[in-house]
Amino acid sequence: MPDDDRQDGHFGGAGGGSVVRPYGDTTGDGMVQTSFTLPVPPGPKAEGAALQLAQKMGIEPAMVVHSTGIGSGGGAAGDSAAFTFFVVYGSVRHLVDLDAVQVEERAYPLLSPGEVNAAVKTRLRRSLVVLGACIGTDAHTVGIDAILNLKGFAGEKGLEYYRELQVANLGAQVSVPELVHAARARNADAVLVSQVVTQKDAHLRNTRELAAAFREAMGESRPLLVVGGPRFDPAMAADLGVDKVFGRGTTPGEVASYLVHALVPEEEPA
Amino acid sequence: MSRLQLDQALVARARELAARAAAPVVDLAATHTTISVERAQLRLAGLTGTDPVLGDGEVPWVNRVVDAVRDQVGLEHGVALPVWHALGSGGTLAELAEQVGAGTARFTVPEGAAADRAREAARTAVGAGIARIDANRARRDELVATHGDPPRRPWIYLIVATGDIHEDIPQAQAAARAGADVIAVIRSTGQSLLDYVPEGATRTGYAGTYATQENFRLMRAALDDVSAELGRYVRLTNYASGLCMPEIAVLAGLERLDMMLNDAMYGILFRDINPIRTFVDQRFSRMVHARAGIIINTGEDNYLTTADAVDEAHTVTVSQLLNERLAHEAGLADWQLGLGHAFEIDPAVPESFRLELAHALLARGLFPDAPLKWMPPTKHMTGDVFRGYLLDGFFNLAGALTGQGILLVGMMTEAVVTPWLSDRDLALRNVRYVLEAAGNLHEDFAPPPGGFIDRRAHTVLTEAVDLLERIAAHPQGLIQAVADGTFGITKRAPDGGKGLDGVVVKATGHYDPATELLTREVARA
Repeated sequence: MPDDDRQDGHFGGAGGGSVVRPYGDTTGDGMVQTSFTLPVPPGPKAEGAALQLAQKMGIEPAMVVHSTGIGSGGGAAGDSAAFTFFVVYGSVRHLVDLDAVQVEERAYPLLSPGEVNAAVKTRLRRSLVVLGACIGTDAHTVGIDAILNLKGFAGEKGLEYYRELQVANLGAQVSVPELVHAARARNADAVLVSQVVTQKDAHLRNTRELAAAFREAMGESRPLLVVGGPRFDPAMAADLGVDKVFGRGTTPGEVASYLVHALVPEEEPA
Repeated sequence: MSRLQLDQALVARARELAARAAAPVVDLAATHTTISVERAQLRLAGLTGTDPVLGDGEVPWVNRVVDAVRDQVGLEHGVALPVWHALGSGGTLAELAEQVGAGTARFTVPEGAAADRAREAARTAVGAGIARIDANRARRDELVATHGDPPRRPWIYLIVATGDIHEDIPQAQAAARAGADVIAVIRSTGQSLLDYVPEGATRTGYAGTYATQENFRLMRAALDDVSAELGRYVRLTNYASGLCMPEIAVLAGLERLDMMLNDAMYGILFRDINPIRTFVDQRFSRMVHARAGIIINTGEDNYLTTADAVDEAHTVTVSQLLNERLAHEAGLADWQLGLGHAFEIDPAVPESFRLELAHALLARGLFPDAPLKWMPPTKHMTGDVFRGYLLDGFFNLAGALTGQGILLVGMMTEAVVTPWLSDRDLALRNVRYVLEAAGNLHEDFAPPPGGFIDRRAHTVLTEAVDLLERIAAHPQGLIQAVADGTFGITKRAPDGGKGLDGVVVKATGHYDPATELLTREVARA
């Protein structure tokens, strides 16, 4: 029961303990803010409904600080249903145990473009061949373009800027067989795929299909498979059958650093 | 309306260069046809439906008939002569299609008096479709007169995209009730690369809803209902782009859509569709839009989602000038040119808002009679929805201050989720607040000559003219410029890309009744 958590006495914050609570303006106050819509016409009953939801979410006491009707909507509720939008503030009873938090921390150093080039040149002694594409029906090349295009992303130049990386961007709606064929023909060291469209988990399905096709066609000699997109969970790589998953906000420098880590030998060849 | 004092000699030079750069593209359209242009003829003549036997029944009869003509006699003469020659001995287009399905249809290219008879019959049949487009245009005028236009500019443009037409309809109606003047139904991802138009009411799109004639009809009827309820004509938008651009344009005309996305180069640069295919298809589709009284929306905002909005601002201007030229040439009037641009400058750039105003005013000054389409920030929407809401407010303010014609409503959840009901409601509240609080601020806003905004606009125009000089210097103008990667780093060769196998060089005596009827109208206009 969440209520039991209160009894362990940790209120976290500056004390250096491993248990923390959300911070509004006082250590341990547990304050959070959330917003949501209920398919209920505005009024006292709607506010009561919002409070009930907040309470079930662990927000107690909760304050409905704003509610407003948003007219007739659509979808399953039918077009005569009115909706109410709420903003709720309140204190959550939950505690966060930092010791129990598991994240994938970057297992490799972040390198500058100069360092990436130097590592490839001295330790691999040939250029690294990188192939990028959007697969399936996904026509949103914005992700792969941000990583590969010279222009880059978030102030970092894209992989095309790296002298020792030989980059080809196949663009949008490349079929998996086409991508396998291109990877083989170009002797790609790494294949980068971005997926933006997530409707009905298309990004996950497409990624599994990609991994299976490479496994079947090339087995152990397959290139490094890297996927990325705003809705991917970086912890899913093994589950999806790829080597690495990048999530929202990944920059070209992070990808280049990972490629060096994964594909370039640690030491110069003797 | 605040206007910049643009260097008129430079403006004239820009238009002259745009005309020169576009000339080879116009020639291409005169000398080539495509399978989609030919299928559009049959759609105008009323052929609908799919072959139930082939595949999962998704292949339209227009594809089956055009493919059969191509297999038997080639498309160099067009589809009209062989088809209406075959109909000379009686029967309907639908019956002929079934013969194609059964493998019993035989096509020949008629000559002499037989060709004259086939031409006449084709002209009558295709003319019936054009008459329906004319009737729809008159009906729109009538409905606008009855219900009225939106009470102010810019028109508020909102997107729905559930993938299911029956979910889209109540969402679109709700959006209209909440203040939207224009509803755009985003297409299913990947439809642009389908070489056929799906049929019927559809419920299974990816990140959008398929553009089909039936979906068009259902949504237009729903918006007619809500227009009557609101006392304001609510416009409907879809996408005449991709491999079936000419057919989609025809379906839009037949079902009284009001605006269509229709860019001269978007498919080439962003979808890797063959340049010749695109240029031939876009000319035909623009002639249809001109006739149908449809406002086109061009896609310049897309450049700025991949290129830097400051460094590459002039490519937007160049593309607007080329789109204008190609639109005028196809018969579109200025009021039909929703030339695109976008609020995509990195907010971290100092003076970013003043730069945005300069770019928006440059477009306003260059195209004073066009209903410019103003696109919201997407590239620098980070998932911080609070910051995004502020940025959208500034975008709305820039739109009001610079007299934009069509304002696409920005969502604070851009790049996070497809808009929720509450996102759309908040976004419309943002627009309403800005327009009600500052909608007439342009009356007081006059950037001084020689000031920051004036100088920036002049710089962008100068850079645009320089780029147009380089494009026009190519013997093949725009076609070569696209191949050389003049727009961004993508190079698109005339013999590359998807859909090239659907391009056919016309023979002498090629007959295209639709273009004949539409050209007559252009000449008269």
